[in-house]
Amino acid sequence: MSPAQWDLPPELCCRPVAFVALTGLDVVYNAIHRAIWDAFCANRRADRVPISFKVLPGDNEYPKCRTKRTSYEWYIPKGILKTGWMNKHLNLVPALVVLFYELDWDDPQWKEKQSECATKVEIVRTSLQGRNTKVAVVLIQKKTPLPPGEDLVASERASALCGACDLSGKSLFVLPHTDHLVGYIIRSDFLFLNKHQFKMGFFSELKQDTQNALKYYRTAYSLVHELRAHETNMLEIKTMAGFINYKICRLCFQHNTPLDAIAQFRKHIDLCKKKIGSAELAFEHTAWMSKQFQSFGDLFDEAIKLGLTAIQTQNPGFYYQQAAYYAQERKQQVGQLCSHEPGVGYPAPDPLETTSGALDFYGQRPWRQGHQSIDPPDSEKEKQGILALQVKERDIPHSELIIALLSNAVAQFKKYKCPRMKSHLMVQMGEEYYHAKDYTKALKLLDYVMCDYRTERWWSLLTSILCTALKCSYLMGQVKDYITYSMELVGRASILPEEQKSRIEKNLIKVLMNEVPEPEPDCDPLSVKTAQSLWSDRISLAGSNEFTIEVQDYVPFVQCKAKFLSPSFHIDEPVQLHVYVRADCPHPVRFSKLCVSLSNQEYNQYCLLEDASKGKDILEPSTQENMCLVPGKTRKYCFKFVAKTEDVGKKIEITSVGLMLGRETARYVYLNWRGGWGDAASSHETLQACRSFKKRTRFPEQQVDWDTVTIQSSTMIISRVPKISVQLTHEPPALTNEMYCMIVTIQSGEDTVAKDIKLTAGLKPGQDANLTQSTQITLNGTEVCDDSHPALLPDIPLGDLHPGQKIVKPLYIHCVSTGSRILLFHVAYSVSATVEGKDITCKCHKDETVTLETVVPYEVAMKFVSSKFEHLERVYVDIPFLLMMDILSASPWPIELVNSEVQLASSMNAIDQPQSQVEGVTLQTSECASECFLLKCPPVQNGTSTVASGHYIISWKRKSTFAETSVVRTIVTLPHVMVENIPLYVHAELPSFGRVRESLPVRYHLENRTGLVQDVEITVEPSDAFMFSGLKQVRMRILPGAEQEMLYNFYPLMAGYQVLPQLNINLLRFPNISNQLLRRFLPSRIFVKPQGRNGDTSIEAA
Amino acid sequence: EVLCCANYPLYIRSVPTQGELKFHYTVHTSLDVVEEKISGVGKALADQRELYLGLLYPTEDYKVYGYMTNSKVKFVIVVDSSNTSLRDNEIRSMFRKLHNSFTDVMCNPFYNPGDPIQSKAFDSIVSTMMVQAF
Repeated sequence: MSPAQWDLPPELCCRPVAFVALTGLDVVYNAIHRAIWDAFCANRRADRVPISFKVLPGDNEYPKCRTKRTSYEWYIPKGILKTGWMNKHLNLVPALVVLFYELDWDDPQWKEKQSECATKVEIVRTSLQGRNTKVAVVLIQKKTPLPPGEDLVASERASALCGACDLSGKSLFVLPHTDHLVGYIIRSDFLFLNKHQFKMGFFSELKQDTQNALKYYRTAYSLVHELRAHETNMLEIKTMAGFINYKICRLCFQHNTPLDAIAQFRKHIDLCKKKIGSAELAFEHTAWMSKQFQSFGDLFDEAIKLGLTAIQTQNPGFYYQQAAYYAQERKQQVGQLCSHEPGVGYPAPDPLETTSGALDFYGQRPWRQGHQSIDPPDSEKEKQGILALQVKERDIPHSELIIALLSNAVAQFKKYKCPRMKSHLMVQMGEEYYHAKDYTKALKLLDYVMCDYRTERWWSLLTSILCTALKCSYLMGQVKDYITYSMELVGRASILPEEQKSRIEKNLIKVLMNEVPEPEPDCDPLSVKTAQSLWSDRISLAGSNEFTIEVQDYVPFVQCKAKFLSPSFHIDEPVQLHVYVRADCPHPVRFSKLCVSLSNQEYNQYCLLEDASKGKDILEPSTQENMCLVPGKTRKYCFKFVAKTEDVGKKIEITSVGLMLGRETARYVYLNWRGGWGDAASSHETLQACRSFKKRTRFPEQQVDWDTVTIQSSTMIISRVPKISVQLTHEPPALTNEMYCMIVTIQSGEDTVAKDIKLTAGLKPGQDANLTQSTQITLNGTEVCDDSHPALLPDIPLGDLHPGQKIVKPLYIHCVSTGSRILLFHVAYSVSATVEGKDITCKCHKDETVTLETVVPYEVAMKFVSSKFEHLERVYVDIPFLLMMDILSASPWPIELVNSEVQLASSMNAIDQPQSQVEGVTLQTSECASECFLLKCPPVQNGTSTVASGHYIISWKRKSTFAETSVVRTIVTLPHVMVENIPLYVHAELPSFGRVRESLPVRYHLENRTGLVQDVEITVEPSDAFMFSGLKQVRMRILPGAEQEMLYNFYPLMAGYQVLPQLNINLLRFPNISNQLLRRFLPSRIFVKPQGRNGDTSIEAA
Repeated sequence: EVLCCANYPLYIRSVPTQGELKFHYTVHTSLDVVEEKISGVGKALADQRELYLGLLYPTEDYKVYGYMTNSKVKFVIVVDSSNTSLRDNEIRSMFRKLHNSFTDVMCNPFYNPGDPIQSKAFDSIVSTMMVQAF
């Protein structure tokens, strides 16, 4: 039997379509016929009814029709379904024969042609021999027909033709050969179909009546299971049940009822699962089961391709997987049932040979076809038959079948988001490849999925995969893979029992010694032999004996953690690095090299531990001890080196740690920990360890708890700690615009000479940009800074400093704006030092920063007042007024006012030589100094205008004992003032005091300052304190520029400050100049002394 | 067969012990379905989600049931398909018992969450359940 025995026959799997034979067409030589044929076949689109067409000669031999039985009464069935039956109805017996004939209605030889056509129809009928096949005639015409009913000749001749051919009118067609060929053909399709619909009552499906077909099939399915099943016909029943089940499921999918299909399939499997049949041929049952699942998977998949949606838990993958499972079982059974003695050969004569070369009925035994009784007719023949089947089964490439099914399933599960299922199936595939001895493919698959299980931390599964992978790599002599898998199997991720681990470790050591490892257990002996020779070949092979394993992808049996002892090291101390190594294998293991790679590779040479006796056979006991890893114990290796001075400020990282197992002389492998620690399982372990509340057991000296070792994989090299002091002396706060003195004192505490001392001082960078504009620094305090000076003075050379010496350096800072600013004093120098016996020149630096507040030294208030010290909002032309300055100290330190000066604008004149009145005055905090200047304004145009007054300049300095300070000139702009012309100026001339009952002469002057004659009305109001003589009310005229004088004699009656009699002046020409305004120029009160008794000298003096 | 896991096994036990590896695979593959079921639930609904996930996927021979706690620890029970005495309700109550016992384990201050469970009480609960069920 061929491997295809279990495949469903192709005619079962295809979608049944009606078979229509076309005859009378000469497709080879006649172009018109060819076009018709093409229109039928080539252009069949999905919207047309599925029909299979075939061109046959008119006298084609159709299968002979047997005489139909009229009843089943005395019929002894030989089997259920004959093998050729389906094919016959699909491809051999047409449902309809169409005869094409070229004939126009108006053909001149109509009669002859008609009889010829009738003859042809008769030939076809004869060849069909009474089969229930319809015949139709198509007339190929060259002329376009007239609309029906108009062509009388046509209808008459058509009926005549029908009569002659014994056809009904519906079976005659006219096919005009015109451009619309395809359109006509489509129409005819439907008609053909209708023609044969009555045919084959129970062949519903052929007619596309699938609902009915499904009903028939379901009945058939239950009937099959009602048959009495015994060992001899079990296979036949199952085969038939499988066929019918296939049909039902297929139709269910076609009807878009996938749940029905699945239910039917489940029922089918449940019914048939236990029908194993002959125990000696149990593999036949599993093969059949496998096939059932596979075909259902195929159907399911096909339905999905046609638009059905499957879900994660219900997809074809499960069926393929199950099919694979049965295929695996089948293979196992074959192993048990078909392992014959070597002498047993294929029986002769071949019991599977049949006379026709094929079976008459599906699912029957070739050596007893048609036999229907319970017992086999010939037990010897039966035995031979079974043996033949078993021998045949042995040759079947089971693994191939299984792998094909599995890969189908993998593809499905990939589609339905089942990554783990996919991995699982790939493991099975890998194992199957292993059984099939295709180790390369096996290893490829296993290696691919291994990392999934590793990252998911399913150690039990990983271990089982690794074991298979190890076998593969052993059998192929793959050294690197062998080492890698061994390392993982020996390590902590493996759940193998100790003795297994021990065995593997011993093998691993052998491999590293360049010896042949012991074979893995349960390997195919033949393959082992090949493998052994492969391994011995490897020994002699020079080169390619070094391997590097990147540990982060595996969980090897050695763990490593490397750390710097500190996150930073000063340049004058050695950088220290510890590497912790631990092994989890059962036996101690020795390594030959441990090396650390750092980001600056120059240091690598210092972080290297090597076999001291390289090449020597005898190891020093100490090194041997040192380089041996005892299982479960953590070893610590310390390295230290002196960093290079140019690495100051740089980071040193551990890029990797390499551990060499094996010998350079034989074979060795480098385990490489990128970043200095961690394999595929470490990150989780570290997380768990740090969460753990587990009590840390005390470890004896030299022992470390692995979990407590933290990682420090990079360190900074920082400059040496400076041994100098930087002190700042100053008197804060600074005052705006002063040259603020800060004294920097640098004292050396170094043991050797501090060379090249450089001071950088000034505004610390990175502050508000405006501060840079408003801060200047200089070394010269005698002159005030301007904008050309920088905010930061870099690298002021200060020479060398011997131990114990000190440098004092004053600096001056000019702050233009108030507020706080941070000042930086950075002292850099170099000094030589010795580290670990190595002389190095270290650059050191020390930073001091200070926050400096700046405040205003004093506030200047200015105001204009009249000669009576009354506040003035405006001043009058040519009338004197006072400019008053108040200087209020805001400084916490005393301020010395060196000088002050008024620089008047052209619009102001000083009345006398202005001279500073505050010169040399020292102001303490919140003290105030005032001075005033008598000024007047020259006439202005337009009566009134606002004029500038000028500047006020104060020269001052901080009064300090601490440092000599320079004088600062501060310029204050005087406010603008409004100047106004006045038409009449009044002033009085009177003594500075009066005396009771003594005459007090007062002279009033009235000046007309206009170019007009002015009428002035004057009245004097009486006062209680005075009697007076003079004009009480007068009206007079003052000429332009002239002055009128008026004399009054006042006679005081009371002592003290007394209000003078009020003079009311009314300017008739300028009514807007009020009396009050003018009165401001006149004194309102006078001090009156009491009358003296003897002499008034004492009172006068007071 | 019982498993508790956060995608890697915290506790796994099967009766009978032969063919254990196959069950491990079954449990492992069932996580696909668990993940798919959970991702289907919206974030807002995650809190009100039913812990019991029901039958995860069908196989010929076994039924695989799933359960996930709010802290995303998954419980999976695999039973023989032929074992018809176990209805949905029994499985539910088994999961509830497991969850209770698991909570007790978590309450143990010496238990480090994420470590394999080595609790005698948990063991005995599982054993009783297995004896009853199989």
